[in-house]
Amino acid sequence: MNLLKWSKRPAAGVEARKPEVNILRGLVARATTPLLPDDYLHLINPLWSARELRGKVLDVTKETDDTATVTIRTGWGFPDSYKPGQYVGIGLQIEGKWHWRSYSLTSIGAGENKTIAITVKANPDGFLSSHLVDGVSPGTIIRLQSPKGDFHLPEPVPGKILFVTAGSGITPVMAMLRQLSAHGQTPDIVHIHSAPTRDDVIFLDEMEQLADEADDYDLNLQLTKEMGKFDVSRMDEWAPDWRERECWACGPVALLDAMEAHYEDGGLRERLHVERFAIARTDHGGEGGTVKFAISDKEAEIDGATTLLEAGENLGIQMAFGCRMGICQTCVVPLAGGYVRDLRTGEERREGERIQTCISAVSGECTLDL
Amino acid sequence: MAITDIDQYAHLTDSDVETLGAELDAIRRDIEESRGEADAKYIRRAITIQRSLAAGGRLALMFSNKKVAWAAGTAMLSLAKIIENMELGHNVMHGQWDWMNDPEVHSASWEWDTTCPSVQWKHSHNFVHHKYTNVVGMDDDVGYGILRVTRDQPWEWWNVGNPIYNLTLGTFFEYGVALHHLETEKLRSKEKTYRQAAKDLRVIGTKVGKQAAKDYLIYPVLAGPNWKTTLTANFTSNIIRNYWAYMVIFCGHFPDGAEKFTVEEFENEDQPRWYLRQMLGSANFKAGPLMRFMSGNLSHQIEHHLFPDLPSSRYEEIGVRVRELCDKYDLPYTTGTLLGQYAQSFRTIAKLALPNSLLKATSDDAPETASELRFAIREGMTDHFGVDPETGKRRGLRTALRELKNSPVRSAHVGRAASGSPGRNQN
Ligand code: FES
Repeated sequence: MNLLKWSKRPAAGVEARKPEVNILRGLVARATTPLLPDDYLHLINPLWSARELRGKVLDVTKETDDTATVTIRTGWGFPDSYKPGQYVGIGLQIEGKWHWRSYSLTSIGAGENKTIAITVKANPDGFLSSHLVDGVSPGTIIRLQSPKGDFHLPEPVPGKILFVTAGSGITPVMAMLRQLSAHGQTPDIVHIHSAPTRDDVIFLDEMEQLADEADDYDLNLQLTKEMGKFDVSRMDEWAPDWRERECWACGPVALLDAMEAHYEDGGLRERLHVERFAIARTDHGGEGGTVKFAISDKEAEIDGATTLLEAGENLGIQMAFGCRMGICQTCVVPLAGGYVRDLRTGEERREGERIQTCISAVSGECTLDL
Repeated sequence: MAITDIDQYAHLTDSDVETLGAELDAIRRDIEESRGEADAKYIRRAITIQRSLAAGGRLALMFSNKKVAWAAGTAMLSLAKIIENMELGHNVMHGQWDWMNDPEVHSASWEWDTTCPSVQWKHSHNFVHHKYTNVVGMDDDVGYGILRVTRDQPWEWWNVGNPIYNLTLGTFFEYGVALHHLETEKLRSKEKTYRQAAKDLRVIGTKVGKQAAKDYLIYPVLAGPNWKTTLTANFTSNIIRNYWAYMVIFCGHFPDGAEKFTVEEFENEDQPRWYLRQMLGSANFKAGPLMRFMSGNLSHQIEHHLFPDLPSSRYEEIGVRVRELCDKYDLPYTTGTLLGQYAQSFRTIAKLALPNSLLKATSDDAPETASELRFAIREGMTDHFGVDPETGKRRGLRTALRELKNSPVRSAHVGRAASGSPGRNQN
């Protein structure tokens, strides 16, 4: 047992589909230390590495004018099963810099098939999403992170379901619908989906076909250009029995806030499952804001000149530091959420990047895992 | 006594120092804004070259009973080790490539192929050395606790071995670097406990074990009957790498003109003066593209010390702008050939085996350390620096140094009189 542990040790933390692979990886690593064999192998084929998950873009297909489905061949270590409704982290290198975002998987993860699909909507200020929709050519190597998220159907699937989606909020729910029909499961579903016009509805054909074929799938489109915004208080009209349904909702912040309030009022908060994609992109003036220290469960309101290091220390949190002037990299931590600004250059950094707390101030709101 | 008043020494006024600082900040901003695709390609390619050389070298050494294979394998392995230490390990851990957001090429995750654990190195090098550069008593790189590299350090009897310690350090440089973090000086002065040192030593031991096992056990075993020649090849390539790294590093702060500083100077320092200290304390050597690459661009030690976290591939271009600033402010830009710079360093180290009383110059006016007092006799305690309103010319440090060289005041007298005088607050 100890020997087994010893063999695996250098590869601890490497995601492998088969655990035995990490024994081999660990043993070979004695000769490649401090690297892993993967660090050499991915020079031959970029997908031959599980140290950081990778994928290769196979195909980009337009769904609507501003939406496309990106199919990706996954490399070593990417899990072959995940739950429909979960999202996956994607990294794409643009002008030398890796940009990271998360997107819902629209594929359902079937066994040996080593491809996944995400459906991306190009939003005007979404630098990466536009790139994925319009700029990624097949063959591009991207970075991946394992699928994550609690937004998925439970086992067993509840008998009565309500889906409330808007815009690209349909993507995780689409994965759920696909899984249900692939498994031949037929719960009673009411689906309310809103989009500006019919042309903007992603997966329209697929949903309508499903609505035709399955008696228990009731699709209600709210086309906001003609019919106005979806008003939560009118839910009774479409789903009079909404109180009895387990609900999954995904869409813009305003919709989700309204849904939450509605369920709260009805005393049914635990029936509602939401997925929030939009990071609260607040102030961009660099005038400071709220910094949250997630692990210590503390937060502070600071101005744009106070560094995160100082803020943490003032709260009595153990913060790693050395030079306190941006040269030693002792204070580097991943930014778990929100935005910070580099005080030396004014550059803004966002979730997923690693930042130096000694020269960063909060820009609006940010969260650190400290 | 090393430099106590950096403005005085540099012959700069307050506002000169401020604008110099602002101009250096501007260089940083320009480079940060222009980092992109080409830089990312550069580091990717460097990594590919390094790994191919390493793999090629190990493969060739499987046949190391043949002389050609031994030589080729050793050469490739040495090159791989050098590149990994200098251009990759050193620079990645400085955060030069963190801007790429690449989890595999990041200061937070890189572990280098040498016996020094990267966590410790980031403290002793990135923090201690780069923040306190050349402040005698604060920067452990001033002599590494075993060498006397400036006459600011008091002589002790065991310093007679200086040149020998130096060459031994060169030979086993990676172990020297690994042990650096123990901070022997602090142990001696009881600022650090033996328990803490034992903890550090355990971390070092683990890394040393892995590195040594790879070169002296695993590859020889894999080579089967050629185990002996594989072993000698691995040993040789480690020594080659050690000498090279040692030489490059000694050329960075020990040639003539790389100044040392006092704690008083450090205490009164702001960001522009920090820059100035880095400029005056570092030394470059001349190198073409290949040499630059093989030295991890530390041929640009001055640029590296000004901007330790900007990509090494940009130091050449930054150097052009730094030189322009040196011209503008009439500051020296210490550089020379690699061998010339090394010879100066070694000469200093050999000399300093002797106590100061046997040496000619004093610590106010020696090749490796000087202070503002070296100008005292010629200039008085001038504090009117800057541009001459009549001629429009600046008489700065570079000119002052040239004058001193061309018609030296009897330096021994100046120095002794100055540093010996109890009236001044430096002692
Ligand atoms: S403490 Fe040194 S970089 Fe932040």
